[in-house]
Amino acid sequence: MKSYKERLFQAITYTASLFTLVVLLGIIYSLFNEGLPFFKVVPIREFLFSGAWYPTHEIPVFGAKTLIAGSLFVTIGALLIGVPLGLGSAIYISEIAGTRLKETAKPVIELLAGIPSVVYGLFGMAFLAPMVRQWFHLDTGLNVFSASIILGVMIIPIIASMSEDALSNVPKSVREASLALGATKIESIFRAVIPAAKSGIIGSVLLGFGRAVGETMVVLMVAGGSAQIPKSIFASTRPMTSTIAAEMGETVIGDLHYQSLFALAILLFALTFVTNLITELVFLKRSSR
Amino acid sequence: MKHTSKIVILLTMAGLVIIPAFGKNGQITCAGSTTVLPVAQATAEAFMDINPGINISVRGGGSGVGVAALQNKTADIANSSRPMKAKEITASKSKGINPTAYPVANDGISIVVHKNNPIKNLTIAQIKGIYTGKIKNWKELGGASMPIVVISRDVASGTFEVFNEKALAGAKVDGTAQLLASNNAVVSAVASTPGGIGYAGLGYVTESVRVVTVNNVMPSESTVKGGSYPLSRKLYMYTNGKASGDVARFISFIQSHAGQEIVKEQGFITLN
Repeated sequence: MKSYKERLFQAITYTASLFTLVVLLGIIYSLFNEGLPFFKVVPIREFLFSGAWYPTHEIPVFGAKTLIAGSLFVTIGALLIGVPLGLGSAIYISEIAGTRLKETAKPVIELLAGIPSVVYGLFGMAFLAPMVRQWFHLDTGLNVFSASIILGVMIIPIIASMSEDALSNVPKSVREASLALGATKIESIFRAVIPAAKSGIIGSVLLGFGRAVGETMVVLMVAGGSAQIPKSIFASTRPMTSTIAAEMGETVIGDLHYQSLFALAILLFALTFVTNLITELVFLKRSSR
Repeated sequence: MKHTSKIVILLTMAGLVIIPAFGKNGQITCAGSTTVLPVAQATAEAFMDINPGINISVRGGGSGVGVAALQNKTADIANSSRPMKAKEITASKSKGINPTAYPVANDGISIVVHKNNPIKNLTIAQIKGIYTGKIKNWKELGGASMPIVVISRDVASGTFEVFNEKALAGAKVDGTAQLLASNNAVVSAVASTPGGIGYAGLGYVTESVRVVTVNNVMPSESTVKGGSYPLSRKLYMYTNGKASGDVARFISFIQSHAGQEIVKEQGFITLN
């Protein structure tokens, strides 16, 4: 009876994992199936390096350079805000805070990760953007700066929680050895503990990057949506994700515009796939060491 | 214990298969334009009140989505804020769908500016200049010295297509223009941007922004119906072939006096 139950359980979990794999492969297949025909009409070089995105114009132009730039601008902005804050809280929680504070602070930060992105978007649109416009005397508050702040706050929990895990996993002996050699607490954190947790920290930053570059709702609501390479951090921009989300609903299924959005999706997929792959490799290196 | 749970699972699965088959009766699905959405929603509610046996579900998504849903037979009615494109009609015909248009309301695309902007009128040429990036400051139009923040709908929306054809004569919108995803988003962005200009369907214009006249014509019932307002359009519902049964009754309800009263309540303009 037990072996029957056990076999059944095995079969169920096996089916579940197989199903996940099939669904994933199916998504990737349909992505490429819909997107690749696009490159027969528009050469990949023109798609990547020309900057005009007029998909519904009489003579449609599909230059994704501005959209790629938009994605990179807001993502880099998000990292500039998210990495110092996330890493800072990780160091504090792991190395400096007392046990009681540690036990409350970490779940609280992880709780931030549970806020739906549309809520962040609403906050950005209704509160942050008007404030940014007034503070800096701008024409519009929907810009790279506002979007970066919101995205940065969104990736703090990822970076903080994963870096904290990495820092906590550094063996106590490393700290003790460093302190025994006469290093101060700060010196031992920066010269011994952080280098030892390096791969975990890099992994958390890459994961944060993946989250920021793939985020859709926030940039759709807060980045403003101008298809231009932002000339300053206070200019509006239009990342790839919000282009897909805004235009997919209105395209004629199967035509070039529809395919171009899948081509953008392939690009995004490749970007996040590569960062996730690097993250995996970084972690693999750590666990095999 | 194990048997009961198996039976429950089987029954649920059977139910999932059977229920939709029965549910089809008296069920109408509309999908498409976000501009037509409020009209479709309000008339559907009124129609369901009179005809309790009928259930109408209304989805947005965009004019293109509505047409696609009609082609895939996942919707009985496609809402569209623009006439169907030749490409879409050919694609439909190749799938054995014969789209038939039913106008349900008139609409004027209103040009809106911030409340404190003194500009009262814009010509079509000025609007074109603003949206193509040739006019960059309100000073050039006789207003205060303030950069113009151009706000547009994203280029795939039905509202944009009508605006692009009637106001811009097909010209490209400048890259610095902010492209927003809905009529509401445009109106609220203009309301919070002193140098902003945007456009939206009449039904979406609120007190928070100011409508300017276009070629000295204010969008109103008489100017839109008479066609003197340059940015007028019709809103449509498309069905596969001539509408029949409940779908036909629903559409003729919208076109009836009672239905058109609801159209007016929603801020749009009646057909006749």
